[in-house]
Amino acid sequence: MNTITPPPAFLDPARALACIHCGLCLSSCPTYLETGNENDSPRGRIYLMRALQDGRVALGDTVAHHIDQCLGCRACEAVCPSGVQYGELLEHTREHLEQHFSRSLWQRFLRRWVIEKVFPFPERMELALLPAWLIKGWRLEGLLPQFAREALSLLPAAPAPGRLPEFCPAAEPARARVGFVSGCVMTVLFGPTNEASVRLLNRAGCDVFTPVGQGCCGALYAHSGQLEQARACARHNIAVFERLQLDTIVINAAGCGSTLKEYGALLREDPEWADRARAFSSRVRDLTEVLVAAAPPSASLRSGDPAGARVTYHDACHLAHPQRITKPPRDLVRARAGTNFVELPESDVCCGSAGSYNLTEPAMAARLQRRKIENILKTGAKVVVTTNPGCLLQIRAGLRQAGAMDVEAVHIADYLDRVSG
Amino acid sequence: MTTESPTILSAAVLDALGEIVGRDNLVYGPEELLVYECDAYTIEKQLPNVVVLPRNTAEVAAVVRLCAEHSLPIIPRGAGTSLSGTVLAVTGGVMIALTRMNRILQIDYRNRRALVEAGCVNAWITQAVKARGLFYAPDPSSQSACTIGGNVATNSGGPHTLKYGVTTNHVLGFEMVLPDGEVCWLGTRPEGGEDVAGFDLRGAFIGCEGMFGVVTRVLVGLSRAPQSFKTMMGVFESVDEASQAVSDIIAAGMVPGAMEMMDQLITQAVEAAYHFGFPLDAGAVLIIELDGLAAGLERQAARVIEICRANGAREVRLAKTEAERLELWKCRKRAFGAIGRLSPNFLTQDGVVPRSKLPEIMRFIRACSERQGLRIPNVFHAGDGNIHPLILYDERDPEQVRRALAAGHEILAKCVELGGSVSGEHGIGVEKIDFMAIQFTAADLAAMQMLRRVFDPGQRCNPHKMFPGSKRCSDFAPKKQAAA
Repeated sequence: MNTITPPPAFLDPARALACIHCGLCLSSCPTYLETGNENDSPRGRIYLMRALQDGRVALGDTVAHHIDQCLGCRACEAVCPSGVQYGELLEHTREHLEQHFSRSLWQRFLRRWVIEKVFPFPERMELALLPAWLIKGWRLEGLLPQFAREALSLLPAAPAPGRLPEFCPAAEPARARVGFVSGCVMTVLFGPTNEASVRLLNRAGCDVFTPVGQGCCGALYAHSGQLEQARACARHNIAVFERLQLDTIVINAAGCGSTLKEYGALLREDPEWADRARAFSSRVRDLTEVLVAAAPPSASLRSGDPAGARVTYHDACHLAHPQRITKPPRDLVRARAGTNFVELPESDVCCGSAGSYNLTEPAMAARLQRRKIENILKTGAKVVVTTNPGCLLQIRAGLRQAGAMDVEAVHIADYLDRVSG
Repeated sequence: MTTESPTILSAAVLDALGEIVGRDNLVYGPEELLVYECDAYTIEKQLPNVVVLPRNTAEVAAVVRLCAEHSLPIIPRGAGTSLSGTVLAVTGGVMIALTRMNRILQIDYRNRRALVEAGCVNAWITQAVKARGLFYAPDPSSQSACTIGGNVATNSGGPHTLKYGVTTNHVLGFEMVLPDGEVCWLGTRPEGGEDVAGFDLRGAFIGCEGMFGVVTRVLVGLSRAPQSFKTMMGVFESVDEASQAVSDIIAAGMVPGAMEMMDQLITQAVEAAYHFGFPLDAGAVLIIELDGLAAGLERQAARVIEICRANGAREVRLAKTEAERLELWKCRKRAFGAIGRLSPNFLTQDGVVPRSKLPEIMRFIRACSERQGLRIPNVFHAGDGNIHPLILYDERDPEQVRRALAAGHEILAKCVELGGSVSGEHGIGVEKIDFMAIQFTAADLAAMQMLRRVFDPGQRCNPHKMFPGSKRCSDFAPKKQAAA
């Protein structure tokens, strides 16, 4: 094979070489489970990244396709014995792609406008969604082309916005001062879920501050390789939350949580911000971590209400893999559902939502959505609990398509608030 | 790049392959073929001409038939976790990856057997049946990724081999595609009785490293999961003392499910990865697992602890909960991968010595490490004397690669000299070809070749493996590529 002039350095050689090609990651990778092609596996993608860096392959459609096809679910990181930081390798490769690879017009529109200019801004999202709600309201979906119908099917029937008060006091004498990250998609589509989250925190003895000045956490930028914009988001949020002198910063969306916890790594090279970012990240906790710490669920399983519905739990990728949080949410759900709790087969295989992936890679997203729904239906559960807005939209749409109208997907905050409130 | 002219694949054959499996299930562009240039043994690399991803036995048979018509080499491949280059496309050829044939087809609880496709991941079988108190016994360290087809081809073992045996003891029969494209079944059929009359061709096939044909479906036996476990970790000052404890435990008439040893270097790497609480200054850590009926296990455990103490163990810790026990095994099973924290590349050997010679071979490895100036951590199946020295090197430095290969050769030669063998479970592949002539006589090797030619007269199926005189990638030592 001809050697190409190697591109400017985008991979940290030590991090890239930590992969020793053992292959233990393969069966954890959702896209590899679907295609069986090793180029769609973590080991294969790292091989491509390194070959790209070394000038063994040129940056073209094929390489971009396999990198784009990665969900960024990071299931591979959780099983990698060598501790390869795949997520970071991926983000740096995507940054390289964004700078040196030209995509189709439609992909550029999705990435530059929809994902980067609308989603991270709740007001713009409300505005942009207005025509979508109207189309749905008037049932005009049939007039749209296939790809737009698919995108539209993800939206709930009606918006559910919510603006939280800046301060909500603890129900009992306050034991902790916590900040709440209200999120972008959460604010527009899951307002009541945010309210439920704050109620749960108040009941757990937390004074909750939700600063109005906060912005997007930067996850959507980071995942698509727009690292500079992600860093700008990080600096902004660090400054906003620093002023409040908080014990803990709480987030109820898994995708945002993992990015907030990685501000330290994102701003590692920035002398002015590195320490502040590390300090910020060290305070970030997922809602379930805080609730379990405040009131550890009892280990003994109570018997479930015989008339009650079966309940199962779907691991949001960014909670289970980068944050390695799988037990606290299960303990919380199991404590309420008792013996009505059933494990979901392949609970930690991505549902295909993966942030904005279901817009940019709709075909693979749909395959994984079907896989997830089949597994859910196998359990006989009527309630699927999870911890991320993307998963909720994806699973709800999948359940609707499968005609499983009697199965509901709910955020863990709503589930807990409902059964304990 | 090879001493034999590389395979040439015409556009017409490529089209025909595409018609069989669908164009989407062909991998043929140079960028996409790259990752298929090696398995987990990364010293030698060669691109196949094409990788096909069939969906069922009929597609496999059609692909194999086409290859027979055009005299093309076939390289069957599972997850590519082999550590000896068993799935290297030495002169190119058609790689048949069975990764899309990964289903569990039937579970027969009454007869305790399961029918699975060849690309089914080893650990999935146990996951599927554990709720019914069963498990699939062979447990190679790569079991979370490696496939049953690959296990059959290499007769894989694992930590629990000591008590439960290897793949051949748990595979009842399988469907395979012969190198001419004929489909046949060897051994017990899914609906058949366990005893099969005639030659045990099933037994002959297992461990053939893909040279007799392509396995497509496998009937595995399931075992009753032990009622109870006692899993202990003994901390010793030296490998010598730990080895003596292993011999004494067996001499006392006990057969633990597993006895695994980790030396100081690997213990430190594993501790960095998993934070189990291994002591960083220990000379050796021995993991001993007793399993079986709960009655009497307590007494055996006490006896094991006594023997460890008598051999100078400074501490013997018993896993108190099932979670703690699983965590301990996770550390052991992923030890190879944890090497990435110490070095960009490693070469592992898989020699076997009589159990009583463990202290001697470990001393030899230490001396070899000093002589070659390379670190060599060890993690191995102490119970059956199967060693795994992990020779650390950086492939970007040609001198280190040369010394790593030299160290590997010295260690294996010593194993044979001590009355052992060059491979316990990883297979010969391309890596250990040169040792076959040391281990076996010319007559032994000729007999094996005769058997091979019965199945594959054209010697096209996974060619250039196992037998001395096979072609190798001529410049297999250091290449300039860093993308390993």
